[in-house]
Amino acid sequence: MATFKVFRSLVKDSFNVITQGSLRYHLWMGALTLVMLIGMYCYSIQLEEGLSVTGMHDRVSWGLYISNFTFLVGVAAAAVMLVMPTYVLKDMDFKQAVLIGEGLAVAALIMCLAFVVADMGGPSVLWHMIPGIGVFNFPNSMLTWDVIVLNGYLFINITVPLYILFRHYQGKEAKKNVYVPGALLSVFWAVGIHLVTAFLYQGLQARPFWNNALLGPRFLASAFAAGPALIIIILAIIRSSTDFKIPDKTIRKISIIVTVAAQINLIMLGSELFKEFYAPTHHSESAYYLFFGLHGKNALVPWIWTSICLNLIATTILTIHIFRRNNILLYFACFILFIAIWVDKGFGLIIPGFIPGPYGKIAEYTPTGIEIAVTLGIWALGAFIFTILAKTAIAIETGRLRYKETAVVKKDHYENTVLDTDKA
Amino acid sequence: MNTEKKWFSLNLGRKKESASTCGCGKSGGCGSHEAAPTPEKDGFDQVFDVPMSRRSAFKKLTASLMIGAGAVHSSCSVTAGDETKEKAQIDWEEQFKGNYKLMNDEEKKATVDRLVRSYELRKGDKINMSSKNAEPDVLFGYAFNISKCQGYMNCVSACVEENNQDRNSEMQYIRIHELKDGQGLKFDEADDNYYHEVPAEGHFYLGTQCFHCDNPPCIEVCPVQATWREDDGLVVVDYDWCVGCRYCMAACPYDGRRFNWSTPEVPEEEVNKNQHYLGNRLRKKGVMEKCTFCVQRSRAGKNPACVDACPTGARVFGNLLDPNSTIRWVIENKKVFRLKEDLGTEPKFWYYMD
Repeated sequence: MATFKVFRSLVKDSFNVITQGSLRYHLWMGALTLVMLIGMYCYSIQLEEGLSVTGMHDRVSWGLYISNFTFLVGVAAAAVMLVMPTYVLKDMDFKQAVLIGEGLAVAALIMCLAFVVADMGGPSVLWHMIPGIGVFNFPNSMLTWDVIVLNGYLFINITVPLYILFRHYQGKEAKKNVYVPGALLSVFWAVGIHLVTAFLYQGLQARPFWNNALLGPRFLASAFAAGPALIIIILAIIRSSTDFKIPDKTIRKISIIVTVAAQINLIMLGSELFKEFYAPTHHSESAYYLFFGLHGKNALVPWIWTSICLNLIATTILTIHIFRRNNILLYFACFILFIAIWVDKGFGLIIPGFIPGPYGKIAEYTPTGIEIAVTLGIWALGAFIFTILAKTAIAIETGRLRYKETAVVKKDHYENTVLDTDKA
Repeated sequence: MNTEKKWFSLNLGRKKESASTCGCGKSGGCGSHEAAPTPEKDGFDQVFDVPMSRRSAFKKLTASLMIGAGAVHSSCSVTAGDETKEKAQIDWEEQFKGNYKLMNDEEKKATVDRLVRSYELRKGDKINMSSKNAEPDVLFGYAFNISKCQGYMNCVSACVEENNQDRNSEMQYIRIHELKDGQGLKFDEADDNYYHEVPAEGHFYLGTQCFHCDNPPCIEVCPVQATWREDDGLVVVDYDWCVGCRYCMAACPYDGRRFNWSTPEVPEEEVNKNQHYLGNRLRKKGVMEKCTFCVQRSRAGKNPACVDACPTGARVFGNLLDPNSTIRWVIENKKVFRLKEDLGTEPKFWYYMD
């Protein structure tokens, strides 16, 4: 009962934290809300008219939504690269970043689920997928595996940080034997969500572009580059806009993870290109379409070459020590690497799987405005959730947000507002 | 009994209905199929067989969230007319009914009755909808004569009319590929959307549609078992159970599946009123559909519409388990082949030449 009371107070206090802030904060949240509302409006059109308002058709039946879903699974999985050193290898330089990483995982997973729902033809009958009430085609369908691993990972990534923050909120140390098993599980689980998502595509004999043993490992490598790259950018923003102390050492260590993952990713890319183009077969046609265009159809060619160039530049900057140690260059490299992998794992992976079609028909895909607006809306939703989580976590970690034992103090604490910095 | 499978699959402690899986290729010997025993109930079946308690509990839970809210309102309202109430009641029960695959015959009949009544209430017209199950000792197969097909596409239009496909998007189950003589089956240079006089000089024609594979990749990937292989070999979709994820579409190597990107529209006077639940009944937006070998016709002992419409006799349909059927004669006496056999899908659709 006491725990419940503390929890209620935590919810109340964090509500205060997230509704107060600087003008910049309010503008940021306002802008995100606006984008979300536009996205919701466009989604309502899609619900009304059907998926025909998107650019997808019978020949290319998955598009922007599933592309973004695939990419974001990678971002979510990347949290493990911070969790593992902190909780398993006990490298405390990562400690500051790990809660941010887990918050990012939660936001990314919620975006994943939103993208999947947005892609469904019949969202009102999604209860058919709930085990027990509906019919869950487990273990045959990889999609059911994905439902399990994504929701399980979401659960772990909510509960572990929640427990730690909840203890810190009360001014107590989090008990290691409670959260370390969860953290350990999440390490394996993160690899699982990514491999399972890769298997979703990899297991289809109908699509030779996906039916390729390197797909899963390359998913992992690119995710462990893009995810921590995003975390570096976010840490940089947090460092400059709040009083949360993130030592340079933390960012240095994360940047080494990004570097190694980006290098491995490039090696695998090389291997894929070699296989597709050294002795091209009928099955290389999708790769031809992606990289050079096929029969005059070349919508993806500029995208993929931009992605590869950005990828090469970013990996070069990261590989050379002096460049990587320069913060400005590091942030720039992380940013372009993130964009490069978004293009590569999004458009570059999903759409060529459908082109050419089973009988060689080439029908291209261009997303519509409504599709793009819904996509942006979901990204805004993710950013919104992440901001809320990060702000609360930072307030607790810096000690500004603490549980007040007696009601009298609590009242006083409301009057003075939580964000009163000189209390800290 | 031939229980030998021709492809590898993991047996994860679940009873595969191997008895009903016919491994008959072109070889004979499938006359020995016994009627499949009723498969043992798995967890899902058991959940489904719990009469109403769990589902009705769920109904109540979601009442305020789902579209049912409106239905509740009108079905409880004293001012609404009887017909409105009945419509709302039908919509309600249709929204929360189970998967057709797992229904017993009574439940199947109940949902068919509801759908017939619903159509009557909405359009004031009677339709005839069947829920006929697969018959024992029947396994449907199809053969296509490449030498005979001239590309007239009568099959395509007959299919659209028979199966109530969306007229707006011009959805077609059958694609006729116009291939160049001397190039073999070079599909990537073929035209499957031609509009000129046929037969065109120097070309031959080949039709594709759902091949009703014996080992269909599409049914494995469906997360909710909304698509499955019936005992007579037809691969069907429960349009009301499909959630519209389109995973099956990605998994099909034969371009056999179609999606309703918007609400399908068929002019009232063109609706084929002779329907089957798993076949040509009217669909809604956001669900998959596909060729069912005209289940409403084939289970009534008739040929699919495409077979009857073909003016050249290029299409042959029949029961693979009947040693005297034309399809068996073709498979046994012609040089037959199937598309993409290396994928292990075992299509029940053969091509041959004279």
